[in-house]
Amino acid sequence: MKRPALPPNPDPVLNQPITPDLVRKHGLLPQEYEQVCAHLDRAPSLTELGIFSVMWSEHCSYKNTRPLLKGFPTEKRGATAAFGRVLVKAGEENAGIIDVGDGWAIAFKIESHNHPSAIEPFEGAATGVGGIIRDIFTMGARPVLLTNSLRFGELDSPVTRRLLRGVVAGIAHYGNCVGVPTVAGDVYFDRSYEGNPLVNALCLGTLRHDQIRRGKATGLGNPVYYVGAATGRDGLGGAAFASKELSAESAADRPAVQKGDPFMEKLLIEACLEMMAVPGLVVGIQDMGAAGLTCSTCETASRGGSGIEIELDRVPQRESAMNSYEIMLSESQERMLVIVQKGREREIEEVFEKWDLHAAHVGQVTDTGRMVVTQHGIVVADIPASVLTDSAPVYQREARRPAYLDATSRWTALGAGLADLDLVGARDALPRLLSHPTIASKRWIYRQYDHMVQHGTVVLPGSDAGVVRLRLGSSEKFIAISNDCNGRYCYLNPRRGALIAMVECLRNLVCSGATPLAMTDNLNFGNPYKPENFYQLRECVAGLAEACTFFDVPVVGGNVSLYNESPEGAIDPTPTVSVVGFIEKEEHVTRQFARRAGERLVLLGGAPSELGGSQFLGVVRGLKTGDAPEVNLGAEKRLQDLLLDQIRSGRVRAAHDLSEGGLLVALAEMLFGENELGADVDLAGLAAPRLDALLYGESQGRVIACVAAEDEDALVAAARAGAVPADSLGSVRGDGMLSVSTPGGRLEWGVRELRTRWESSIENAMKRPGLG
Amino acid sequence: MNIAVLQFPGSNCDQDAFHLFASGLGLATRYVWHKETSLGQADLVVVPGGFSYGDYLRCGAIARFSPVMRALRAHAEGGGLVLGICNGFQILCEAGLLPGALIRNSSLEYRCMTCELAVGDAGPSFNTRTLGARVRLPIGHGEGNYRIDEEGMARLEERGQVILRYVDNPNGSLGDVAGIRSESGNVFGMMPHPDRAFERFHPSQDGLAVARAVLMAGSRVGTGAAS
Repeated sequence: MKRPALPPNPDPVLNQPITPDLVRKHGLLPQEYEQVCAHLDRAPSLTELGIFSVMWSEHCSYKNTRPLLKGFPTEKRGATAAFGRVLVKAGEENAGIIDVGDGWAIAFKIESHNHPSAIEPFEGAATGVGGIIRDIFTMGARPVLLTNSLRFGELDSPVTRRLLRGVVAGIAHYGNCVGVPTVAGDVYFDRSYEGNPLVNALCLGTLRHDQIRRGKATGLGNPVYYVGAATGRDGLGGAAFASKELSAESAADRPAVQKGDPFMEKLLIEACLEMMAVPGLVVGIQDMGAAGLTCSTCETASRGGSGIEIELDRVPQRESAMNSYEIMLSESQERMLVIVQKGREREIEEVFEKWDLHAAHVGQVTDTGRMVVTQHGIVVADIPASVLTDSAPVYQREARRPAYLDATSRWTALGAGLADLDLVGARDALPRLLSHPTIASKRWIYRQYDHMVQHGTVVLPGSDAGVVRLRLGSSEKFIAISNDCNGRYCYLNPRRGALIAMVECLRNLVCSGATPLAMTDNLNFGNPYKPENFYQLRECVAGLAEACTFFDVPVVGGNVSLYNESPEGAIDPTPTVSVVGFIEKEEHVTRQFARRAGERLVLLGGAPSELGGSQFLGVVRGLKTGDAPEVNLGAEKRLQDLLLDQIRSGRVRAAHDLSEGGLLVALAEMLFGENELGADVDLAGLAAPRLDALLYGESQGRVIACVAAEDEDALVAAARAGAVPADSLGSVRGDGMLSVSTPGGRLEWGVRELRTRWESSIENAMKRPGLG
Repeated sequence: MNIAVLQFPGSNCDQDAFHLFASGLGLATRYVWHKETSLGQADLVVVPGGFSYGDYLRCGAIARFSPVMRALRAHAEGGGLVLGICNGFQILCEAGLLPGALIRNSSLEYRCMTCELAVGDAGPSFNTRTLGARVRLPIGHGEGNYRIDEEGMARLEERGQVILRYVDNPNGSLGDVAGIRSESGNVFGMMPHPDRAFERFHPSQDGLAVARAVLMAGSRVGTGAAS
């Protein structure tokens, strides 16, 4: 039996019939619309169509990626009862939670704000930070650190410079004001991101197990509160057509991108944490992210197995005459939905009054299973909550191996007749690589971020991983965090590229003395309806899943951002990973910088021998080709186990992994610490078919360890015992010269000159004006 | 010794300041909410860093009207010690408890880094004998560019009120000024963060000596107060 249609909406413009054109403009396929009608047993109202369009979008429903993501391990196999256990799994809540022992836990997650940042870099990036912070304190955790993963085109483009300046200023504006330190990040510059930058932001928070909150609406009659900023028409950009057609006002007057208010966010953090600390007061809580009110109401009801009723007249609004479509789809920032224990309304109101914030009682929990929305006493939406959250269609898209892979994967330097470097070329390449923005110091960026607030930052930005001291009750714990993803490798070999992103991230953590705990990922890809893009997506996810399973590092949450395309085509596939590691003791914290003359440098993992996908090929030869470097998971694990063991034994004083730019770049970077050092290195004994591949190739699973002279033999012996190749490279010197003996002769650079090129490159580029 | 750390909406270095005195120096330290009208018993009142009220208008311009500021003014006028760090320094300038003003960095960008600072000869406790010629402290601000008229600058110099100067000026401050004290010697303001320089793993531990130098300036509490 067909249900009767809803009564006419108070706003007559919302009563127009749903045409195929309206359905299409809401991003729903005709067959999806059929499903909507079947679930409702009637045609939806326009407000309901808007609600479905958001909840069944890729962003909320993962309809194109859900089957792929099932391959991720979500629990740690080797977790002890107290440590590393996953307390809240991926997909359950706003963020995953990991046990760090003694009754404490960490919540963390990464999320993208790519498209808003492309349109309006400052606000786009700022609200990206705001959104991810809310995901964390929603769980009951106090946010203690931020990181970000950014991708831009090359800095010779004035548009890219404008985007970089805006994104960095936006992240700084928001993060600095809320007082959460931005302690680490990764930034790559590549033409494929021209016009479509990637802005992925991560937040991590700490909490006790008993403080974990869920986004659940339970308890018949419990009141539903709306707290935080008032709702405006901002963020309706995704549905801008509707505003145009539906309202007399010009849509051009409205910001398509939301505007962030970090001060409001700071107040919300404090007020919400204070409210959650009151025993038994909060039943459930969820932030209002994408399509805030829609998403938070139906998700909390669906998770709680209940229903929810809200009255839009009680929703704080900062613009007049907003209709139900606009209020339900608004993406105004800094808003939260809270379900409170009935009878204790006064307690939540008191907390918010202290912070000069308003807590509005907008509805209640029901037992109908439905999300019912009223305005001016009239029902404007009435939908089964679980249909919105769990019944979105799921697709297995068509995948096709991109044709370019035939050529790139077969490319070899020899086959292409690429001449090897002579000594002059080898000498010139190092400063060129060090000054490429992808490799160059990111000081221009991170000095704009407050990376020290909360006074727990142990390893400042600029080393392999950020390290933070957590004050947990009366005890202290140290964690490390690192982001990674080389999109160039993923372009050349999606599966292996993703595998590399993960193993390199783990290697970075191990180099800083940490045991990896858990991972969060941000899958940035092009339009999944193009089979080549979907192939990249599928293969990258498989690569991540393989690495996570092999290393027993569970995925505790993440984000998918598709449709990252510019007129020139899709971005390089970029499955950004971020892994959190645990450092047992403060003395195990290890940096990448050599400390004093006389220390010995030992290469672990063997001589590099591959050129494919390297920055050297890109920067010096102008090529983006070859296969991504090989990954041997077993060898990688042996290397990481050895390194961690040697760090803990106190033998390894500094460690740095070989990544973009290869051996010489890694060596130079180890000399860019506080003291003006040099190094005398002999590579002549290493097996090297080609000089370019030895010096600048990016073979995986390599680390340079720095040890006291008297410990060198022991390190090499331990490496042999652990079946890890170890080659003694030479010594750190105090004279500020980097001397390298190669099979082709001797190379020499002044470290200060190299450092200047490396340190000032982005700064100099950013002195030129931006455009756009 | 009793330390009071003020909390405004938007303060975000309140915990840092708290731990500098509580964990770093082992002193009795507590927070005072901005709506309080009394400071209780306090030998030193710390106005911490952050973005009070979001600082959307002008740094410290709204915070100066908070209820607690009346009590702070009375405390300062009675000779009590006050230390404003970063946003706290900006608030003290806005409130007229310290001369001058802080405007946007000349780079127009926020700066977070560790700075070398020359110690000024600024009174019996805050000088090169107690602190050495140089200290290293982190900064983290977008508006730390100190400004004052020529006459005011001359007075500061003449009376030895400049307590810290940047060796390599990061923000365009007039006279490289990083911190000053009041003419009466009991109100201190500085952009650098002693509250980010006291743990083992911090870039330096000079924040402890700087905090002690401020504490020792309290004539009412004697010079041997801090240990």
